Amino acid sequence: MALLEVRNLSKVYNRDSQQIPVFEDIDLSIESGEFLALMGPSGSGKTTLLNLIAGLDTPTTGEIVVGGENIAAMSRRQLAAWRSRHVGFIFQLYNLLPVLTAYQNVELPLLLTSLNKRERRDHVTTALGVVGLTDRADHFPRQLSGGQEQRVGIARAIVSDPTLILADEPTGDLDATSADEILTLLQRLNEEYLKTIVMVTHDQRAADRGHAVMHLDKGVLTR
Amino acid sequence: MKYLKLIRANLFRNKRRTVLTMCSVAAALFLFVTLRSVLTTLDDAKEVGSETRMVTRSAISIVFALPEAYYQWLQTVPGVDNVTWASWFGGVYRDPKDFFATFAVDAETYLPMYPEINVPAQQREAFLAERTAAIVGSGLMERFGWSLNQTISLRSSIYSPSEEWPFTIRAVYEPTNPSFGDENFFFHYDYLYEKSQYAQPGWYIMLLSDPAAAASVAETIDEHYKNSRAATRTETERAFQTGFITMYGNIGFLLNAIGMAVFFAILFVAANTMMMSARERVNEQAVLKTLGFSDGLLFALVMTEAAVITVVGGVLGVATAKLLFGLTGFQGAGFLPGFEIKWSTAVVGLVIAVFLGLISGFVPAWQALRLPISQTLRRVA
Repeated sequence: MALLEVRNLSKVYNRDSQQIPVFEDIDLSIESGEFLALMGPSGSGKTTLLNLIAGLDTPTTGEIVVGGENIAAMSRRQLAAWRSRHVGFIFQLYNLLPVLTAYQNVELPLLLTSLNKRERRDHVTTALGVVGLTDRADHFPRQLSGGQEQRVGIARAIVSDPTLILADEPTGDLDATSADEILTLLQRLNEEYLKTIVMVTHDQRAADRGHAVMHLDKGVLTR
Repeated sequence: MKYLKLIRANLFRNKRRTVLTMCSVAAALFLFVTLRSVLTTLDDAKEVGSETRMVTRSAISIVFALPEAYYQWLQTVPGVDNVTWASWFGGVYRDPKDFFATFAVDAETYLPMYPEINVPAQQREAFLAERTAAIVGSGLMERFGWSLNQTISLRSSIYSPSEEWPFTIRAVYEPTNPSFGDENFFFHYDYLYEKSQYAQPGWYIMLLSDPAAAASVAETIDEHYKNSRAATRTETERAFQTGFITMYGNIGFLLNAIGMAVFFAILFVAANTMMMSARERVNEQAVLKTLGFSDGLLFALVMTEAAVITVVGGVLGVATAKLLFGLTGFQGAGFLPGFEIKWSTAVVGLVIAVFLGLISGFVPAWQALRLPISQTLRRVA
C-alpha cells in the first residue's frame, strides 16, 4: 500500500460570491521512500496541493490518506497534532523565527512532544549535524547566509523524524551553488535516511534530483 | 515551562516597545493604587469619629462660625456631659506648600475629650500654662525638623494672612489611633481670639453620656437654633468627619472616575501594543501552526505574553507606590493621616494588572487562534 493516496481531490476557493476552482478530481499515489518533484506553471495549484497534503488546508472534496489516516476528515485540532507527528515542511523563504537561534528554531517541533530537555538536545544536535551546521547552533537567522538558513529549515523539518517531508520551492530563493547544496542534502535524506519527499519546484534541474516528476497544469496532474 | 524561551524571545523582540508598555502600565497602576489609597484613608478617617462625641456646626456650611454664647446653652442639653469647641486656623509654615491641619482649641475642655492626643503629663502642663504654646504631632515635628520648646512662626490663610503668629512647641503627641494622624497642630483658642479679635468657634463638640441619646440630642439642639441667626446642624463626629472630608465635593466619585479613566487609557495602550506585536508576526504564527502548534496553544502563548507585560508593569507600579509612600511617610499635608498602600489595595492593583493583560491580549490571541495557515503563508510570500 502507498504511503500517500490522494483520491478525487478537488479544491475550490470562494472569493466574495465567486467560486474559483483550482483543480478537480486529482488522484495521486506516493510510495514510502519516494522523492517526487511536482512541477507546473505559476497558479496551477502546486502549492495548494502541497498544502492540502500537509494538512494546512482542507479540500473541497476528496480524500488524502497518509499511512492509512484520512486527514481530509480531521478537525483543525486533530490536523495540528497530526502535522506535528508526520510532516516536516520546508519553505521557500526558510521562515525561521528571527528572535530564536538556529538551535531554538530546530527545537520548536520537539516542544510539542513529550521529550525532556536532554532528549530534545540530542535530537537537535543530530539534526544540525545532518545539515552540517552544528557550529552555527547559537547563531540567529540574521547571522546566517540564505543557504545556511535553508539548511536550518531542513534540520527543523527532519528533527522530529516525520513520515513526510514536504518542500515548497526550497531552492527558489537561493543562488545556484546554495541551491545545489540544498538539493544534494534532500537527495541524501531520501537515499540515506529513506525519507519520503514531495518537492514543488519550477526548476527542471531541481526536479531531476527526484525519482519521479509530475506536472500539474490546468487542473490536470500527469506523470 | 518549555515554552518560556519562546515567550521571552517574543517579549524582547522589540525591547523598547515592551519596556515602554510595562512602564505605562506601571505608571497607571501607581496612580490607581495611590488614588484608591486616598479613598481608603478617607474612609478610615471617618472611623476615627467617636460614637460618644457629637459635633454641632453651622447649618449652612462648616466654613461659617458659630457664636460663643452657644457654649453655655449646649452644656444644659439633656444627655450632654461635656462641651468644647475648635476653630480652623489654616496654618502655613514658611511657604504655602507647607500647609497642615491647624486647630485653635479650648485646651482645658478639648484635651480631656480627645484621649487620641497622647501627651506626656509634664508637657501637657507646660502647654496649658502658656498662651502661645502648641501641641504638635510627632509626624509634623519630623517633617519640619522641629524640636520641643522651639519657637516657630506660622501664617494663617484666614486670619490676617500677612501677619506672623509665633508659637512655642511645648508638647508633642503620638496618636493612640494612627487614623487620627500625627501631623496636626493644636494651640489655644484664647491666643487666636486675642490676636484676631473676630475669632469664633468653628464647631462645638459634645461628649454624650449615652451614644443612644445622639438622635434626641441632635434634634434638641438643631430645633433650638432653627430660627436663630446661626442655625445649626448637629451630627455624630463620624458624619462630621465625612462632611469635612467631602467639603470639596464628591471626592470618592472624582477619584473613582479618574481611576476608571486611567484604567481604560492604559487598556487601550496595552491592547494597541499587543495588536501591533501580533500583527508583525502573523507569518511566524502561521509557521508555528505548520509545525503543529495548535490553535489553543497559540492562543495561550499570546495571552501569556500580554499578561506578563501587564503583570510585570503592575508589580513595578504597585511596589514603587508601596515603597515610596512607606519610606517618605506621605500624609497629604496632614489631610490624609495614616495614608498607606494597604496590602488589600496592592492585591486589587495586581488583579487589575492581570485583567488588563487578559483583556488586551484577547483580540490578538483570538486572531492567532483563527489564523488560516495557507492563506497567511501565501499572502506573506
